[in-house]
Amino acid sequence: MVTYGELHSAKQRLIANIRERCLVFSLCTNSVGSVVGYAGFITNNIVPLLLNSNIDYESLQNLISVYKPSYLWLPDCLVEKFTKFECVYGEFNYTLLRTNFKDGYKLFDELALLMATSGSTGSPKLVRQSHKNIEANAKSIVKYLGLDNAERPITTLPMSYSYGLSIINSHLLAGATILLTNKSFFEKEFWSFFKEHQATSFGGVPYTYEILDKLRFYRMELTSLKTMTQAGGRLSAKLHEKIAKYAKENDKNFIVMYGQTEATARMSYLPREKSLEKIGSIGIAIPGGKFSLIHEDYQIMEPNIAGELVYEGPNVALGYASCGEDLVKGDEFRGRLLTGDMAKKDEDGYYYIVGRKKRFLKIFGTRIDLDKSEEIIRVQFNDLDCACSGIDDKMYIFITNEALRHQVIKFISDKTGLNQIAFNVKTIKEVPRNDSGKILYHKLTKYWISRA
Amino acid sequence: MTNLEKYTNAFVEALNVKASEVEDLAYQSISEWDSVGHMALMATLEEVFDIMLDTEDVLAFSSFKKGKEILTKYNVKF
Repeated sequence: MVTYGELHSAKQRLIANIRERCLVFSLCTNSVGSVVGYAGFITNNIVPLLLNSNIDYESLQNLISVYKPSYLWLPDCLVEKFTKFECVYGEFNYTLLRTNFKDGYKLFDELALLMATSGSTGSPKLVRQSHKNIEANAKSIVKYLGLDNAERPITTLPMSYSYGLSIINSHLLAGATILLTNKSFFEKEFWSFFKEHQATSFGGVPYTYEILDKLRFYRMELTSLKTMTQAGGRLSAKLHEKIAKYAKENDKNFIVMYGQTEATARMSYLPREKSLEKIGSIGIAIPGGKFSLIHEDYQIMEPNIAGELVYEGPNVALGYASCGEDLVKGDEFRGRLLTGDMAKKDEDGYYYIVGRKKRFLKIFGTRIDLDKSEEIIRVQFNDLDCACSGIDDKMYIFITNEALRHQVIKFISDKTGLNQIAFNVKTIKEVPRNDSGKILYHKLTKYWISRA
Repeated sequence: MTNLEKYTNAFVEALNVKASEVEDLAYQSISEWDSVGHMALMATLEEVFDIMLDTEDVLAFSSFKKGKEILTKYNVKF
């Protein structure tokens, strides 16, 4: 157990080894070492890029060569992969390595944090966040969830994921006790830790709730549990209702939310008292934020008409970065984010997501870019044409060469870090395209439409 | 099919492994047997043997060998 006082001292000890403002890659786990690093860096003007410690080596090397970080902060067990870098400090089973890059890229003054936008399809695209973004979002979350220092959230999501990080940020701000564990719901140790330390809340993506449903957690005695939050995609109506009913009957809170890394983390929430009445809704904008719906250039004011969802607020990130030179860029989004999601609002002003503008899926909470997936598969395998589509939690990969089926699945699974079960490969004679060569995805939907 | 064959097949399907590799498998011993793989495996076993596994058993199901012991509680004889 580490107190806030001890956390402060631990941060100082770590930071003493870094002489100036620079870029650090922090490979995260839900552990003390990882939190000490993150908190130490952002409160001392050092910019971390948070990555999952299970990132595949090739993608990591690619990011290192693109962004040239001055240091790496990572679990001890991964240090042996970086023999060229110097060990400078270590504590809590984490090591600080100094890289051998002579000059780092220039960093915009207000840049505080870098996050990956998606579950590494090897893409070096990052979201740039400012101190103001992080603080504003944390404050808003504390407000709408009514967080105080009596809260005891248990970690269930990666820290390198904006939702997982927002749980840590908001509870650090509230001075709460954070129960850090890397164990999953399927491990006894998770539940014994939960009960021993009387966890009061946790967050989850739709898949998390599928697991809890399978475990029939409604029957578990979880007297300390007060609040469950959900984001990272839409829960099935059936499951949403089941969880909302469980919460109501047991005097617990179930709060559905919506957000994106481009908005630091959270943009909206469905108040607990509406969780049964407005199933499928993402709720209302968080304190300090504002939603609007647009179609081309004009704003939609009437209820039940779909348009692109736009969010405005102090938590809208600065912008993206695709290369080292982008780190010096300033505030490009200027507090206004085109979410890329299609939505509508009802007569009471509650919003519902109805579709996506961009081509990506949420698989077990992780954002996976479909165009990028196609690209890397085509580059890796010469003898095939490929199209990627599907629904959340299930990507359909259409290929023209049956012999490569197993290799394709293994490749995409390794690259994204997702279990093979997320991918369904179908062999077709040829990928349907129009005259200009664009893939006609609507011709492929028949393969899964009955399952949706 | 014998119960052992059905059991082995469930692992082969849910975890995308070869029948010859299942004997020593344990939760998290291979990348396919993560939380997601575990979910799939439990669902497949329930379907194949027409049973509903208790939460305790889902949590205790830590390996191919342990799983056999657990299934005997559900009248599955190997």
